Amino acid sequence: AEMSFEWPWQYRFPPFFTLQPNVDTRQKQMTAWCSLVLSYCRLNKQYTMTVMEAQESPLFNNKKLQRKLPMESIQVVLEELRKKGNLEWLDKNKSSFLIMWRRPEEWGKLIYQWVSKNGLTNSVFTLYELSNGDDTENEEFHGLEESMLLRALQALQQEHRAEIITLDDGRGVKFFQ
Amino acid sequence: MGFILDHVAFIAKIVVHLHPAPSNKEPGPFQSSKYSYIKLSFKEHGQIEFYRRLSEEMTQRRWENMPVSQTIQINRGPQAGRIRAVGIVGIERKLEEKRKETDKNISEAFEDLSKLMEKAKEMVELSKSIANKIKEKQGDITEDETIRFKSYLLSMGIANPVTRETHGSGTHYHMQLAKQLAGILQAPLEERGGIMSLTEVYCLVNRARGLELLSPEDLVNACKMLVALKLPLRLRLFDSGVMVIELQSHNEEEMVASALETVSEKGSLTAEEFAKLVGMSVLLAKERLLLAEKMGHLCRDDSVEGLRFYPNLFMTQS
Repeated sequence: AEMSFEWPWQYRFPPFFTLQPNVDTRQKQMTAWCSLVLSYCRLNKQYTMTVMEAQESPLFNNKKLQRKLPMESIQVVLEELRKKGNLEWLDKNKSSFLIMWRRPEEWGKLIYQWVSKNGLTNSVFTLYELSNGDDTENEEFHGLEESMLLRALQALQQEHRAEIITLDDGRGVKFFQ
Repeated sequence: MGFILDHVAFIAKIVVHLHPAPSNKEPGPFQSSKYSYIKLSFKEHGQIEFYRRLSEEMTQRRWENMPVSQTIQINRGPQAGRIRAVGIVGIERKLEEKRKETDKNISEAFEDLSKLMEKAKEMVELSKSIANKIKEKQGDITEDETIRFKSYLLSMGIANPVTRETHGSGTHYHMQLAKQLAGILQAPLEERGGIMSLTEVYCLVNRARGLELLSPEDLVNACKMLVALKLPLRLRLFDSGVMVIELQSHNEEEMVASALETVSEKGSLTAEEFAKLVGMSVLLAKERLLLAEKMGHLCRDDSVEGLRFYPNLFMTQS
């Protein structure tokens, strides 16, 4: 459900919806767009999106102002996000993408903090328990989309703080000290 | 052959007695004739000259020496007899010969034209080599002669690569023209806020001249020399390709600052709105707004409603 979102001042500025030809101006514009996309998706806990969705969403389409960011410009914004490491294409056709308003490493860190805070290292969890269990209800990573969760755990695995294991009914993870 | 003078009618006659036909004679228009002579009557005159020439030919018998190919073909059609240059066929043949003759004349004429073209090409090559020598200062030519030579080249319509440089070169003609323009344009420029598009200048100058109109190339070439000649105007080229003439005292960048004020006051403006407010042509108004955008003072809103310029809040606001 879409919660009330506080739009930045740029959202009400018509030139925001035109790709600026002046290089310095464009840089500021892109920074503002990237930031807006990430905060919008964070608030709505949206982890993935299709390009079609994006075009029609209030994010790129300000009905009140009667301005919408044209498709080519949306592509430019998405490419900027990808370069910054906040976006990954899910298919070759670039029709849908993963929007990482928090990067896998950051998620991993949050999860590990919760694990160690509660003295749960050396325990095994199923993926479901982590993202949807009662114990994690108040945590930010509660409801985290599976592919994101897996990447978060992979990041921890790289740091030798966790190990992804295969259980009878799916996958799980063991955390280390 | 005999020469009879008929006293009664006073008509001269030449009688030509004919030999009997040889056995191998080709068939002619008649199979036979009861006469063995022909009479040629001369009503007015010409008999003496004709007699002389006929006697000559009879002696020379040139017809016996003619090559076979030149003799007329015999037509073995229903009307047995030789084809002569008479009738429709004769007319057709004459037309054909005339056509061939014309063709030949045209080819010959074009030969002359291609020869002319070759000469012209040589001339152009020669001028180019001289022009290059001037450029490389290999020739033993004085400054004054150089300028004169260049103007000759230009008057012949030969583009001199030296005149394309913008500094200190160009023909004498263009230099004079540049000085003239500076005189003509001072007042109009001041009236128009110190800047005019080159097309406006072109119209204004040619309207004033009446006769001996300037070509666009001459105008541009003269304007390119304004700065080098230290005249109080200059030619400026905008990114969009638009060319303008500005007074040296005019500072477009300063005008941009005032444009920003105007736009800020109104929130946003299109080129047309801005032109109307400031009293400028739309072309120059747009160039000023684009320059302001380039300098980072303005940004644009491009939608179905048109192109509007706003103060660049991206830079000024946090």
